[in-house]
Amino acid sequence: MNSTHRSTSEHTAHTGQSAQNELGWWRSHRLLILRRLSQLSVLSLFATGPLFGLWLFKGNLSSSILLDTIPLSDPLATMQVLMSGHWPELSLLLGAIIVVGIYALLGGRVFCSWVCPVNIITDLASWIRRALSLPRTSEIAQNWRYYMLILVLILPILTGLAVWEWVNPVPIVYRALLFGASGGLWLLAVIFLLDTFVVERAWCSHLCPTGALFSLVGKMSPIKIAAVRANACNNCMDCFTVCPERQVLKPVLKKGSTQPLILDSDCTLCGRCIDVCAPRVFQYENRFNSKYSNRIPLKVESQL
Amino acid sequence: MSKANSKFARVNGINRRQFLATTAKASCVMGMAGLGLTTVATQSRQLDPFAIRPPGALAEDDFLSACIRCGLCVEACPYDTLKLAHWFDGAATGTPYFTARNIPCEMCDDIPCVKACPSGSLDHSLEHIDDAKMGIAVLIDEKNCLNYRGLRCDVCYRVCPLIDKAIKLELQRNEKSGHHAMFLPTINPEICTGCGKCEHACVTEQAVIKVLPSHIALGKSAAHDTYQHTEETTLEMLNKGLTL
Repeated sequence: MNSTHRSTSEHTAHTGQSAQNELGWWRSHRLLILRRLSQLSVLSLFATGPLFGLWLFKGNLSSSILLDTIPLSDPLATMQVLMSGHWPELSLLLGAIIVVGIYALLGGRVFCSWVCPVNIITDLASWIRRALSLPRTSEIAQNWRYYMLILVLILPILTGLAVWEWVNPVPIVYRALLFGASGGLWLLAVIFLLDTFVVERAWCSHLCPTGALFSLVGKMSPIKIAAVRANACNNCMDCFTVCPERQVLKPVLKKGSTQPLILDSDCTLCGRCIDVCAPRVFQYENRFNSKYSNRIPLKVESQL
Repeated sequence: MSKANSKFARVNGINRRQFLATTAKASCVMGMAGLGLTTVATQSRQLDPFAIRPPGALAEDDFLSACIRCGLCVEACPYDTLKLAHWFDGAATGTPYFTARNIPCEMCDDIPCVKACPSGSLDHSLEHIDDAKMGIAVLIDEKNCLNYRGLRCDVCYRVCPLIDKAIKLELQRNEKSGHHAMFLPTINPEICTGCGKCEHACVTEQAVIKVLPSHIALGKSAAHDTYQHTEETTLEMLNKGLTL
């Protein structure tokens, strides 16, 4: 592993430079741009109604209705309502089931990287961290988001209120932009400052209960990122630098790994590793492709 | 031994001590976070009392547990009456409410806001808008009411969608002039829907008639005071004798 630190100074200067030289600007930023477009498109689909009277989606990410027919709702908010002891209308439950179905298929945390507006803010914070070479300060454990998830689901039982919805930053952004309820935006500022100056990727990769729930939803998803050319890896570490959940990369890049698929559902499928990799190690894959015999590698193999 | 331990730690990621420490730490932090969140939630609930909710809204506590804050009712409202609350804005953040003095409820026959609600925090069993109980109008300041001064303003009475039912003009001798009548706007709380058109239209600088949530506008008689629920006067009741 010594070779990984070989050229650290060059790479911290400009992550992804080698990929840009090798593949060109578009290929080395493609998924990032598409992701931003996706996040802004989803927002615009909601915003055309209030702004121009063209109603595609009504509501916000907490609950919405597509073209006045298909209900969609946030499974976490729905679970909170259920936990508080209220039996909602069928459309809310149906909406949550549809959303869970969609993300179970596409990969749970696709929500985080391709839809959630908070991701734009936390990615910016992470970029600033890198640009200013801010030191890695305090660390918190990745699994705290699951404790947060438990907390968010227990509080409605104890208080009878969907407590998390008071502070949930995702609908706050949408409510601010769609309904002018901008009073909660200070919370986004707090998250931005936290991510920039206190803990690296604190919100999206450590604390957010919505992300934790979608991570669980995506456990069985067929779409995964795979290190298909792990042999070509030159240990430049650019993927580790940009990855919001870098612990998921370790198993596939480990020397002698026989499992190319990133099976850890913490992976947000953002594809930034695909962008920044000059030797083009990664790509999106169907995990049920016969290429990947889809068996759990023997303990002996994984320890090789 | 140490080698075995480190190997165990590598394969499983963490050892028992780390697990216990992380769990304890996380539980403490989550406990604090939970307390903080609950405080925020209950504090802002105290801002609620005067928020007028959309038609069909459940009782405030049930409403807050059910409302998912999606804004579908707000988008369904054709008159821009409903708003989503900002932080510390007189209602729990993100929940719908309206300010009757600005835009009152127009009482649509098809009640689109209730139909749009996916969570059932607006009760779908509300079929006739006249049965809605958004609040109750209260003539809160008789001193400044023009009709109480002997004038014939009558605006609140005229704009009431349930004129002569929710608001009646009760005639009373005007003692000041000695030979005129005063037409006093009188609200029947059982019929008033709380749409707020009276508050909206009231001509004084500050409305003298205001819509208040039912739990503030109404008193409640004790359960044993059965005579209060009859149409008879106390004297008639007593003359009839008690049926035991």
